This record gives sequence, structure tokens and C-alpha cells, in this order.
Amino acid sequence: MSVYMPTTVDQAVALLAQNPGACLLTGGTDTMVEVNFNHLKPGTVIGLRLVSSLREYTITPQLIQIGAGVPYARMETGPLAEALPALAAAARTVGSPQIRAAGTLGGNLGTCSPAGDGLPVLAALDAVVNLRSPRGIRGVPFQDFMVGVKRNSRVSDELIESVSIAPTSGYQDYAKVGVRNAMVISVASVCLVHDRHTASVRVALGAVGPTIIRAREAEAWLATQVDASTSLPPDEAVAIEFARRVAAEARPIDDHRSTADYRRHAIQTLTRRLYLRSTK
Amino acid sequence: MKNSSTTTRSQSREVLGTSALRPDGVAKTQGDFAFSSDFQAENMLWGATLRSPHPHARIVSIDPTDAWRIPGVETIIFADDVPGQATYGLIASDQPVFAQNVVRYMGEPIAAVAADHPETCRRALAAIKIVYEELPVLFDMDLAIDPSTPPIHPDGNVFRHQRIISGDPDIVGDVIVEGTYDIGMQDQAFLGLEAALAYPDPGGAGVELVVATQWLHEDRKQIADCLGMAPEKVRLVLGGVGGAFGAREDISLQVHTCLLALRTGRPVKVQYSREESFFGHVHRHPGRIHLRHHADRNGKLLKVEGWMKLDGGAYASTSSAVLLNGITHLQGPYACDNSRLEAWATRTNNPPCGAMRGFGVVQACFAHEGQMDKLAVALGLSPVEVRLRNAMKTGDKLFTGQVVDSVAPVARCIRETDAIPLPAEPAYGTGSLELPGGSGRTSDPSHIRRGIGWGVSIKNLMYSEGFDDSAEARCTLADGVATLKFATAEVGQGFVVLAQQIARTILGVDTVVLDAIDTQIGSAGSTSASRQTWMSGGAVDGACRLVRERLFEQVAHVHNLNPLQLAVEGTDIVDTLGPLRVPVSEASKGLRIEETFLHRHRPTEELDENGQGNCHVAFAFVAHRAVVDVDTELGLVKVVQIATAQDVGQVLNPLTLLGQIEGGIAQGLGLAVMEEIVVDRGVVKNPSFTDYLLPTALDAPDVVAIPIEEYEPLAPLGAKGVGEPPCISVTPAIVAAIRNATGRDITRTPVRPQDICLPT
Ligand SMILES: Cc1cc2nc3c(=O)[nH]c(=O)nc-3n(C[C@H](O)[C@H](O)[C@H](O)COP(=O)(O)OP(=O)(O)OC[C@H]3O[C@@H](n4cnc5c(N)ncnc54)[C@H](O)[C@@H]3O)c2cc1C
Repeated sequence: MSVYMPTTVDQAVALLAQNPGACLLTGGTDTMVEVNFNHLKPGTVIGLRLVSSLREYTITPQLIQIGAGVPYARMETGPLAEALPALAAAARTVGSPQIRAAGTLGGNLGTCSPAGDGLPVLAALDAVVNLRSPRGIRGVPFQDFMVGVKRNSRVSDELIESVSIAPTSGYQDYAKVGVRNAMVISVASVCLVHDRHTASVRVALGAVGPTIIRAREAEAWLATQVDASTSLPPDEAVAIEFARRVAAEARPIDDHRSTADYRRHAIQTLTRRLYLRSTK
Repeated sequence: MKNSSTTTRSQSREVLGTSALRPDGVAKTQGDFAFSSDFQAENMLWGATLRSPHPHARIVSIDPTDAWRIPGVETIIFADDVPGQATYGLIASDQPVFAQNVVRYMGEPIAAVAADHPETCRRALAAIKIVYEELPVLFDMDLAIDPSTPPIHPDGNVFRHQRIISGDPDIVGDVIVEGTYDIGMQDQAFLGLEAALAYPDPGGAGVELVVATQWLHEDRKQIADCLGMAPEKVRLVLGGVGGAFGAREDISLQVHTCLLALRTGRPVKVQYSREESFFGHVHRHPGRIHLRHHADRNGKLLKVEGWMKLDGGAYASTSSAVLLNGITHLQGPYACDNSRLEAWATRTNNPPCGAMRGFGVVQACFAHEGQMDKLAVALGLSPVEVRLRNAMKTGDKLFTGQVVDSVAPVARCIRETDAIPLPAEPAYGTGSLELPGGSGRTSDPSHIRRGIGWGVSIKNLMYSEGFDDSAEARCTLADGVATLKFATAEVGQGFVVLAQQIARTILGVDTVVLDAIDTQIGSAGSTSASRQTWMSGGAVDGACRLVRERLFEQVAHVHNLNPLQLAVEGTDIVDTLGPLRVPVSEASKGLRIEETFLHRHRPTEELDENGQGNCHVAFAFVAHRAVVDVDTELGLVKVVQIATAQDVGQVLNPLTLLGQIEGGIAQGLGLAVMEEIVVDRGVVKNPSFTDYLLPTALDAPDVVAIPIEEYEPLAPLGAKGVGEPPCISVTPAIVAAIRNATGRDITRTPVRPQDICLPT
């Protein structure tokens, strides 16, 4: 097994081009589990830990850009948490302190599990995934990036460099149900983002379909009921109907972690609660 | 622990009654302790096991040709390569070392390989070609009991059928309550995975095995039988054990490792992964229990009737003993004369089940405590009152006819638990990590309902039904230093510190050396059944007393005194009738006194066909009160506080006692709200810690514990076993608290979110 430790994105991209099929490694918190279970036997590994630019983020009034190698621990508190409270909440639900110190959005996107906790936030925020290859940079909206269970539209010589997010103005939050009070894989999760600028309320659902689901029909319905360019009304009836419509867009299944019925119920409950929280 | 008089380390010498620190504590906390997986040998090979992917299949053919061709593969062994007995088992020898023609559960071993590297082993296993013909999977207990179902094993589909009939089984109460209860399959989930290292003797004349186990001598017997060797040719040494909880009572990798070493003439190490561990050891029996309780108008229990079914899975393990424990504890810690009970332990193609902390009593308690709450409601009594009115006392007779002559402070356990202050009302903000849902931040305080529930239990101590599980220990005193030798498996419970405390107390020495724990002395019995403090503690105590007698004789001889007037006071020998005072270190200078003691508990009997007989040795009792917060809409639970008062006899080490209480409560909490091996038609769905959920720090409740200290005259040190009771009635207490918070009649454990919040 060969291991490369590039220090710049250019080096990393060049190495990836020279070693088709090489395994990119950031926090390793997904990859090492795969290796441990013998599902993955990497021949060549490109470790991204030393690529410092991947571990940086920038926040301007126009754009928030988060490097693919920023660990969750740095999203939980500080400027990123202030700018993106939903991302902070999602980061806090990931694993244990050790996992949050190592795990990254780049890895979450690379794996693209429907239960990945960073992904509903990226979906609700209409984030753009920036892919770097010898051909340059390609920005892919999140909804086009994730295409199935653990499948994405990254081509093999592309490196996930960062995600770009347009700042929003309004409440945003993330809530996740698991059968344990910490360190648990999501059974159902909801990210809700209210943005006064675009007069929109956006909702994305985790672990209830093959991809992260944006509840676009429910969002459109809500737009006919409330004026999202200002504070949302604390209207219980609206919240209930909105939640019902959001849950109808989920596509959950039965498995050993939970049942489809419970997952849909959880989505409905979390959506109603997040909507009402947003009005407080 | 609230009872501060027993927690303070008031004495400077670490004798009995103090929170003496464990000799292995520093090494364990600093990561220096060698667990069995840490052992290495020069020229060592690695071993690995090939397991069935099917729960029930005929093995049509096995072709290892490609595996033999892989460089580095030293040997591959199958059923035909087992030189001795082809099967093993703790009670019935029905489990094949390697499956021959048929596999009866998912994960059953078929072959083992030894090679130069774990990766070579893995490749070799993948290269062995096996053709299976899948057979119908027997996964249902009722079908297993049905005599028209074809047997999946020559010994049949029922491991044991037992009934108990006592008093007037036809009596009818004024108040009758009825319920059916389901218990899921729990895993012991010890952290130190199975690991062993075998060294073959020259010429293959014998073998030494370093292994993490609960019972060295029983392992040795079964290994020797399978190897076709005399037991003396098989020497076992205890490797560092990282938890056991019953899962190391059965043979797992022992025979395979020895066979590979003898075959290759080289040391061989086998070590399971977490996934393999789920298939490599037995689990707690899942079960279904139906009970009908009769009481008079005053709430006095008149009769318990019903049935219990426990699924033992593919092989016998300890199923028959677990069933005995289960049915004899369906009574709970309550006085009652009349019963009509029936129980079955079934054989199916589910994973084999056997010993786990609580051993059949966990299942029984979940049912009888659910019933006591139903009685309370039917009678208009509080859960505390209905239990107090029926609390068992010393001298009461069990359904089996056995008289409880142990100390039995059941009412006191309940009262003292009840007197523990309740936790403050919830005072947290939205999204607090302390709310149900924890870090998922699902709940706001307005969604939470608080509930309180009770559980009280009785647990037998030691082995039952005529089994003589004796324990041996040796004490050597020389130059003021005591050396202890025993085969007691230290699995984390702290016997090593208890043994030192006993020797310090009896002999007045400060330095107590512990010899290697191995088979170079007689059996200590298993580290299970809450028995080692009583049994091995009794053996160490006995050996130390014999040594002390001989020391007194020496001193008495020198000083021309009667040895009977000598006593140990601190670290001195004193004449109780005169001025003589000699330090033990001085009195034992130049001497070497060695004594061995065999401790036995009193004999017990088997049950007759009506379930009558003095089958148990002694009993311990405990009460638990659970306070939970429930998000009733999402079905999420946070256990806020567990209050407990436990009947412990004499407290020998408050710190290790608290360790057992807190750990047991965490394990019982796991069974209440999250721990379950999900099995679908014999197929295990969650063999990893990703999906088999154990409680985290955020799930652990506040524990307020009070030891009920009443000296137990039956016990050598006045102390009862304390290992199992903490995990038994805490599960029903938590589930009762969830019922209390939600108003739902929840009848299965673990309680899943959908059981709380979706229509049934
Ligand atoms: C105990 C434990 C608990 C966990 N809990 C959670 C949880 O609660 N929620 C959750 O969402 N996840 C959880 N995970 C999964 C994991 O931590 C996350 O998915 C994390 O985001 C992965 O990031 P990483 O940097 O460690 O990824 P890595 O393991 O380094 O990589 C994951 C995948 O992404 C690819 N990759 C990595 N970086 C790049 C890049 N720059 N460009 C292209 N591809 C890349 C890798 O090749 C690999 O395929 C848990 C994992 C463990 C072990």
C-alpha cells in the first residue's frame, strides 16, 4: 500500500490523477470502519490531513465557504456556529468528541449516506459542493451531488475541496432522532432553514429515503400560507399542516434500526417542533 | 453512594470494610494492563474461524484446495480433525467443535485456519469453498415446543420442560390480573474481545492456553475431552479479562486455538473482532412469559399461575439451568403459597443463548414486577404499598417448598429506597442535552412527562440443583508476606483486591502477593452466579485462618502460652490474657507456613416433577425506583435517576460494591431502552456497536445507592454476592416508569420509540 501526504490541493489533485481509484482520506472515520470490516482494501491512499487550505473556512456577508477538511468540532462553536446554527446543531449530534475532532464534511459528502448528519443541512442551505480536478473547479448544487444511497456525482479524479453557502437571515436548526441520547446513527432527521432574504422556508430530511429529501411541495404550500420575508407566525394549525405535508414527502423504509411508520411520524413531529421553535 | 459511613476510607490499612484499591487499577487506567488480546509469542501463528452464513443448512461439500495453496497457510482443520470428543457443552455436550453435516445457527464454526498473518487467515477462509443446502429455519418457540415439528437436533427441540405446583393450585383470588411479557435478546457486550494464545508442548504431549475466561477448570475439562487428552496435559492461565457477564462461561475459541497449536507445533493466537464476538458467544435468552396473579381484597398474594418460554437457540449451553432459575423466581420477592407454573427452554435456529448476569431471573422479574403494578392498580394501592404487603421475610416458604433462611430484608430495601429523595423537577431549556433525545435536540421541556416506577427482586446465589461448585485457595505466610494462590477468574469484579483485604485482616500482614491465576491449584468454580465473594472469598478466608492457627501455635510454643488466647490486632499478635505483643512480621520471620482450604456451600437438591426441592443455596434482594423523563410524542426516554437499596450482607469494599451497583444499573438500563440483538428468522441484523446500542454517559442516570447491611450468617464473610442483583429489577423499574409517564401498557423490553408513541 502506498500512502501520499500532499500539502497543497494542487498536489493532491495531481496525485489523484496519477493514481486512479486512490482512496482519499481525511478524518478516516468512515474509511477505517470500511477497512476494519474488510469492505475496502485501499491500494493507494492520499491523506489530506496536511493540506492546510482544506482545513480553513471563510465567512463574508456574501458567502460562507467551508473547507472539506474542517472537522465537526470547529463547527460546534465559534464563528461557524454563529453563522450557521443548523450546521452547529448537526455537528453536535455526530458521534463522540473523538469522532467530531476527526470527522469532516468532505468525508460526509464522500460517503453520502442518507443518515449523514451534515447532508440535510447542506441540502436545506442550498449549498454548492466545489469539486477540484485537473480540469479546474466544478460547483455542483447539493441536490445534484447526492444521487443515491452512498452514491454521488463526483467523478473519480475529483477532489471535494469545499462547500459554498449563501448566508441566510432567519431561524435555522437541525434535530435528529436516534435510539440513544448520544453517538447514534440517525433514524430520522430534519433541517429547517428560514431565510427572509429569499422569503423561503426550506426543509431537508435525513435517513428517510435513498437521498436527502427536500420537501419542496410542502415548502411551496407554506409559501402560500405565510410571508417568509418577515417573522413566521406562531400558528399551530399551519405548523401541523406543514409538518403533515413534509412527512408525506418522506420515503422511509423498515429496517433493524426502526420502522417506516415511526420514521414518518418522527419527521412530522420534528418538523412541527422546528417550525414552532423558529417562531419563538 | 449516599451512605458515607461506608464510603470513606477511614482506616489506613486496606483491610475488609475499606475501599481498598485494586492491585490492577493503576495499570488498567493507564493502559498498561495486559488483556488476553495483548499476548504475543515468538514464532507465533494466527488462527481464524470459518463460520456459517446460514442459520440452518446442510453442508453438501467442503473444498479447501484453494486455501491450502495460499502461501503462509500452515494448517486448516475441520470436524474430522478433532481428535477427542466432537462436541462440548457446559451441561449437555451437544455443540460441535466444528459443524460436520449441518449448521444450526448463523455463525456456527465449520473450520479453522492457522497462518502467518491475520490477513492470510482471512484470505484462506474466503478461499474455502462450501456448498450449502439451506433448510427451513425453526425460529419460533411455540413451533419448537409443538411435538409435530421435526427436530433440528437428535436431542430434540426442547432443552427442558419444568413445572411447579404448590399449595392449592385451584384457589381463586378476589382480584386477578393477567399479563404477557416479552424480553428481547441482550448481549453481554464485554469490551475485551475473545482472545487466546496456545503453546503446544514438545511433541504435542500437552498444551498451555492463555485465555480470558470465567472458569479455568471447566474450560480445561471440556478442552481436554475434545483434544482427547488427560486434563493434566492441558494447562490454563488466565489472560487479562475485560468483562465477562456470563459470555465467557461457554467454550468459544479455546478448543480451536489448542487444536491449531498442536497441529502446527507452534504458538497460535486467535482473537475475535467485535462482529465475530457477537457470533462467538451465547447471549441472554429472549423469552415470553404469561402470568396471572390472584390476591385477596387486602392485596395479599394468593396464587401465581402461568408459563414461561425461553429460547435457547441452537445448542444447550446452560439453558436448562437458566430455565430452572427463571421458573423458580417467577414468584418474586413476595410471600405466597399457591402456584401452578410451567416453563420451557426451546431449541431453535436462533443464536445460542446461555449465561448472562441475572441468569433467567431478569426475564422472570420483568414479568412479576409488571404484574405487581397491575395488582396495585386493581387494588387501588400504590406500587410501594402492594409490594410491602407481600414482602418476603426470612422463614417464608418458596413455591418449591424451600424455606428462605437467608437474611431477607425485602421490606427494608423497599422502604429505604422509597426514602431516597426524588430528583428535582426538570429545569432545563430547549435542546438541553439532558432532555430525552439528548444531543439530537429533539425535545423542548413542554414535550416531557416524568414517570416513576418500581422493581424489586430476589436472586439466588451460587449454583443450584445439587451442583457442588466448590472453591479452593492456598495461603503461604513467610517473613511477614502472605502469598495467595487461587484459580478464581478476575474478570473485572475485583476479587483480587478482596483476596488481599481478607489476608490483611486475618493475618495482620500488609503485603499480600497474588500468585498467577491458573490451573496449578484446584478449581475455584465460575466467576458467575454472584458467587466468588462467598465461595473463593470463603476459601481464601479458610486458608488464611489455617495459617493463622499454625502461626499462633508457633508463637504460643515460643512464649509458653495457650494458642487459643492469641489474637491478631492490627499487624500484631497479642495475648488476650497478658502483655505479649509481637508484630506478625517478626513472628513469621524464617517461617514458611502454607495451607490450602476447600470451601463448599451446603448441598442442594434437584426439583422433582412438581418443582419441589431445596434447589438453591441462598438469596439476595434489592429494590429499584426509576425516575424517567419521556418525550411521549417521539417515544424517547431519558432515565433521570435510579434509587436503590440492596441487601448485601456485610460490606467488604464500598468502592467495588458501588462499581457493581452502577455497572449493573447501566446494563439493566440498556435492556430497558436500547440493547437488543435483532434476529430475523435466525439472521442477526446488528452484530456491531454501530447498531447494537449500549448506554453512553449521556444515557446513564444519577444513581443513589444504599447498601442494606445485615450480616448473613450463612456466608463465610457475612457478605452476599452483589454482582447480579443491581441489573435485575432496574429494567422493570424503568419500564414501569415509562408506563407511568405515558399511561401505556408496555409489555416488552427493550422499549422502542414506536412502542411508546405509535398506535399498537
Ligand atoms: C463511532 C462513529 C460515529 C459516527 N457517528 C456519526 C454521526 O453521528 N453522524 C454522521 O453523519 N456520521 C457519523 N459517523 C461517520 C463519519 O464520522 C462521518 O461520515 C464523517 O463526516 C466522515 O468524515 P471523515 O473526514 O472522517 O471521512 P473519511 O473516512 O476520511 O472519508 C469518507 C469518504 O469520503 C472520501 N473523502 C474524504 N475526503 C474527501 C475529499 N476531500 N474529497 C473526496 N472524497 C473524500 C473518502 O475517500 C471516503 O470514501 C460516525 C463514525 C464513527 C466511526
